[in-house]
Amino acid sequence: MARGVPRTALSGRSRSSHDRTAKGLGYFSIALGLAELLAPGGVGQLAGLDGDGNKRLIQAYGLREIATGVAILASHDATPWIWARVSGDAIDIATVAALPSDRSGDNGRKPWALAALLAVTALDVACAVGLTTEKGSHKSANADYRNRSGFPQGLQAARGSAVHYASVDTMRTPEALQPWGSGDAGSRRSSQVHDDTSTR
Amino acid sequence: MKALVWHGTTDIRCDTVPDPHIEDDRDAIIKVTSCAICGSDLHLFDHFMPGMKSGDIMGHETMGEVVEVGRGAKSKLKVGDRIVVPFTIICGECEQCRRGNFSVCERTNRNKKIGDAAFGHTTAGLFGYTHLTGGYAGGQAEYLRVPFADATHIKVPSGIDDEKLLFLSDIFPTGWQGAVQCDIQPTDTVAIWGCGPVGQMAIRSAIMLGAKQVVAIDRLPERLSMAKAAGAVTINFEEESTVARLNDLTDGKGPEKCIDAVGLEAHATGSIDTIYDRAKQAMMLETDRPHVLREMIYVCRPAGTLSVPGVYGGLLDKIPFGALMNKGLTVRTGQTHVNRWTDDLLKMILEEQIDPSFVITHRVGLEQGPEMYKTFRDKQDGCIKVVLTPGRA
Repeated sequence: MARGVPRTALSGRSRSSHDRTAKGLGYFSIALGLAELLAPGGVGQLAGLDGDGNKRLIQAYGLREIATGVAILASHDATPWIWARVSGDAIDIATVAALPSDRSGDNGRKPWALAALLAVTALDVACAVGLTTEKGSHKSANADYRNRSGFPQGLQAARGSAVHYASVDTMRTPEALQPWGSGDAGSRRSSQVHDDTSTR
Repeated sequence: MKALVWHGTTDIRCDTVPDPHIEDDRDAIIKVTSCAICGSDLHLFDHFMPGMKSGDIMGHETMGEVVEVGRGAKSKLKVGDRIVVPFTIICGECEQCRRGNFSVCERTNRNKKIGDAAFGHTTAGLFGYTHLTGGYAGGQAEYLRVPFADATHIKVPSGIDDEKLLFLSDIFPTGWQGAVQCDIQPTDTVAIWGCGPVGQMAIRSAIMLGAKQVVAIDRLPERLSMAKAAGAVTINFEEESTVARLNDLTDGKGPEKCIDAVGLEAHATGSIDTIYDRAKQAMMLETDRPHVLREMIYVCRPAGTLSVPGVYGGLLDKIPFGALMNKGLTVRTGQTHVNRWTDDLLKMILEEQIDPSFVITHRVGLEQGPEMYKTFRDKQDGCIKVVLTPGRA
């Protein structure tokens, strides 16, 4: 019956390799974020973003990383948060790329920083695409169960066929609360049901 | 033995764990022949329900053959008996059991203090469904220990497929109770939110209980096609307004009876209240997403009935209680009193009034169970109901 079940999960596990990568990226995001928040000077030096003026910016990026990492680890579906990381990567790359080359070119930090960012971005994109594909590529537009009534004797025979079961009486509306007058319930209910089913 | 074990959010694995053994006189051990993944297992998979611990065995839809019986259960069971195991563990002796309110059995939750603290008073112990309900090992395994086995079982005859009987454990009686709670009249329109397994059973129950019109609400075409097969009028809420269509179908008055077969993880994409719920859920300010409850209260005909077999776990926000009160609606809820209904439901199956196996879309071995959780959760491959067979390749 399982016609095209996607075998994305690891053997005997519910998680796929992309799920595991996402979890790793979540921890990485938190670790990087903490470093940016607590040691912006050191991170700035590595990335070529020297100077006190950039510390606030690096700390803001750190908060973003921590928030994304927590969301990845806490959410039951990390896909949107991994895509959020990809967006963050784009911002990081733009920030480093916009640095004047004479500020970082002397010691070669800018190319290295860009290379590191591109590598992480590639991992993020691969993970995000993998998760999106797993979720979306086997949707069931063609599954059609219109022949599955569950009634071996047919729908017409099934209509009203269980009204006489004793267990049903245990959930009847109490007599005192039943509608009166020309309503369709109350004491006339039973005869109506039998009349109704007998004509089917 | 092999078993499906919960290790954390969305992390279920097929592990080798110790075999169960008799711990109490009233226990029995069964060799599992078939088990299933329930929609409510997904609440554990996604970790929306608190009280799970790493190492817990999943599953509460199970049947099998008795292989060992404790001394205190021998008057009711013997080795070789074929039984379906109800998901609610019952003592059969307490005041609630004697009244037929099996899902609130007073004795079987061995973590009664947690149950009392969470809900005011404890409910019954459940198989494989958090430590709030006893922390009992579940039945997605090769063997299962059945506590209070002299009461907690449904004996079934041989010569009929597991697939026709397995759902006596949960979804068939749950859909049935959802419909019976509505006290369906021959003039009633019954609207059912959610066309998953319980919704499908509720649709068929409402038809068999003589509803004039049954309306099924979902967003997935395959589920709606299965609902239509049983004679339901269908509403795809991503294509049209549920409220407007229900009013159209009832001369502007609304359905008399409404059944919530969705529960705490409503997927009403785009509705403002669901965005609100998701935001609050993310900030841990709300546990459940009660979009369906709100919509039912709003659209139900005054003096109508709401039946809630869908599972809710905790605290719900922005419930329009003013409408509920002023419209004089009756609300009936509860986990299923499985054994209250199963004599009748078994008879219906044996007399071929209904064949519950219609709902099965995927049959796999136990080892493939973990990945099927994801397939089921993400509604991939037309998945509506997964049956797992230990030993199947």
